[in-house]
Amino acid sequence: MMVNALQELLQGFFGSAFPLVWTLLKIVLIIAPLLLAVAYLTFWERKIIGWMQVRIGPNRVGPWGLIQPIADGVKLLLKEIVIPTGANKGIFLIAPMFAFAPALAAWAVIPFNDTLVLANVNASLLYIMAVTSVGVYGIILSGWSSNSKYAFLGGMRSAAQMISYEIAMGLALVVVLMVSNSLNLGDIVKGQSQGMFAEHGLGFLSWNWLPLLPMFGVYLIATVAETNRAPFDMAEGESEIVGFHVEYSGMAFAVFFLAEYANMILVSTLTAILFLGGWLSPVGFLPDSVFWLFAKISAVLFFFLWIRATFPRYRYDQIMRLGWKVFIPLCLVWLIVVACWMMSPWNIWK
Amino acid sequence: MADIRNYTLNFGPQHPAAHGVLRMVLELDGEVVVRADPHIGLLHRATEKLAENKTWVQSVPYMDRLDYVSMMCNEHGYCMAIEKLLGIEVPIRAQYIRVMFDEITRILNHLLWVGTHGLDVGAMTMVLYAFREREDLVDVYEAVSGARMHAAYYRPGGVYRDLPDRMPQYKESKWKSAAEVKSLNDIRSGSLLDFLEDFVTRFPKLLDEYETLLTDNRIWKQRLVDVGIVSPERAMQLGFTGPMLRGSGVAWDLRKKQPYEVYDRLDFDIPVGVTGDSYDRYLVRMEEMRQSNRILRQCIDWLRNDSAKGAGPVISDNHKVAPPPREGMKSNMEELIHHFKLCTEGIHVPEGEAYAAVEHPKGEFGIYAISDGANKPYRLKIRPPGYVHLSAMNEMAKGHMLADVVAIVGTMDIVFGEIDR
Repeated sequence: MMVNALQELLQGFFGSAFPLVWTLLKIVLIIAPLLLAVAYLTFWERKIIGWMQVRIGPNRVGPWGLIQPIADGVKLLLKEIVIPTGANKGIFLIAPMFAFAPALAAWAVIPFNDTLVLANVNASLLYIMAVTSVGVYGIILSGWSSNSKYAFLGGMRSAAQMISYEIAMGLALVVVLMVSNSLNLGDIVKGQSQGMFAEHGLGFLSWNWLPLLPMFGVYLIATVAETNRAPFDMAEGESEIVGFHVEYSGMAFAVFFLAEYANMILVSTLTAILFLGGWLSPVGFLPDSVFWLFAKISAVLFFFLWIRATFPRYRYDQIMRLGWKVFIPLCLVWLIVVACWMMSPWNIWK
Repeated sequence: MADIRNYTLNFGPQHPAAHGVLRMVLELDGEVVVRADPHIGLLHRATEKLAENKTWVQSVPYMDRLDYVSMMCNEHGYCMAIEKLLGIEVPIRAQYIRVMFDEITRILNHLLWVGTHGLDVGAMTMVLYAFREREDLVDVYEAVSGARMHAAYYRPGGVYRDLPDRMPQYKESKWKSAAEVKSLNDIRSGSLLDFLEDFVTRFPKLLDEYETLLTDNRIWKQRLVDVGIVSPERAMQLGFTGPMLRGSGVAWDLRKKQPYEVYDRLDFDIPVGVTGDSYDRYLVRMEEMRQSNRILRQCIDWLRNDSAKGAGPVISDNHKVAPPPREGMKSNMEELIHHFKLCTEGIHVPEGEAYAAVEHPKGEFGIYAISDGANKPYRLKIRPPGYVHLSAMNEMAKGHMLADVVAIVGTMDIVFGEIDR
């Protein structure tokens, strides 16, 4: 009712420009909480890793340190953006935006429940693959335009890494879309609500993660590599090459930082939607709701932080070997296995 | 067509993995290291030259600042060289105290090493766990010498003073609640030896925890196994000592081969590696911590018994070397003169030269001292283990990748205080 009343009010006010305004409003409603979530994800990362490392983490700014991310943001906003001599100024400044924009744009097709989605397009999975691939340009361009040897190495490393893992990730997704028979993220979630276990009220066993367990593993690890997070953080590799963004300061650096965390939230959401049943309730006696989606995203995000505190960093060639010699063959084999399974009388995805 | 040239990368001195001020010029073919050229001298403080202008005892604190993560071992080497020149005996209790603090220092050093090595390789949690344990050991340093780092506790002829009967206590503050303070003070309620015994009991379990994080971790193994292999022959040719040499499989340890102080009375083993790669050196150092823990327990037991029998002296009673007790100085003319001479001129060391070496946590730390009979050294030469190890950088890093260089710097356990002196 409220929504309808607001819609009419705005329609009367803006006239023919209304659809545009309405869409913009919806975009803001997604982006603003997302940015807040990104800010507080950085806070939670510091807190959680702090607890794992017998530290306290930030607790000085505001109650329990809750204002810390805002203080960090203000500090970075007020700092000078130093542009190194010899850097290509235009590309140098555009690169952070290249990294950040795709992480936000991909949210256009993310469904929060049956109806709540900005753009319910049928090729939404394809759209996400296409848009997130652009993110790597931000990193390559920043490494290239900084005119720094360290940044250049970081850019090269990350280009190779992201392209390799995109293949493994893409193949894992092909398996998902095969069993879902759809590229629409909403339909993929709905497909997971059916099955033998779901009928007995054990919905969480009908989600894609169980029948596609190897793909779930590959996808989860590939997303860690895709977002350049530890133990695959060699694009940053702070103890080796300091990172593709060594030359960045102030808000230009902060945008890379935001992009990394926004990407983390995005891939966690995708994991939740593709493998963990999106907004579906894990058990029959509880209703489906967007709460479940957020709970699953948080769980996957916690996994990201947890492995960062636990594992050493891979070496460049080892990451490549894992991607090309382990994940891609595994995905191909599993693709064929699932294809045969679907053709057999034991097909569970009818 | 333009020539394809190798990429020259300046690694450090401002670099998170430079372990201080290491500067390396790396020639890279892609990510593969063709040549690694370490540059030194950025932390040069002329310790050897400064020592020529100070009395013998005044240089003891300078020794702390050489390898600033194994402070007391440096002092030990220096004091041993002076004792050799003077030809004096150190009281047995002082020998046990020295050995005990050498082993505490070894654990301190190896803990810092495992932390920073982990950090270099990306396991950043290790460094915080290691520092949690270091905290207890620097508390022991503080209790005995008043300083948590640069102790200046050893003296030619013994140690500065006997072990204290009580540990410093924590006080409640804005940051430490009453409950926290109580739990901290509970283990600090007894003497230094009680506190240390508590640590010695806890420590093996903590080591097991570190090992669960690292030893069988696939990524950790992938990063260390077969990285920076040094054959036993080559290790000896390069002049390696300490864990670097033992990692290559040479069972050489001064504590066993040329026992000094009371090491010949103590029961401990020397771990050696097999392949001589970074992983073996990691295992050797982890095992050394366990062995040091064993030695610590034996020292604690001996010192306990000795205290029960009425503790013996901790510094030589030769008052030409060590100052007389305060009471004697107040009542006795001769001892007043000794005190005056020692505090104004310092020790006069007979003419001659001596080399003394200790098994420092990083290898053989030697002091070569020449005396012309004056109250200060004519010349002092420090043999730092890290300097020798660093000079093998090119050989160890060649053919490996950039990320391995960081792992190799970590496995060398480099501290620039001793390399640049």
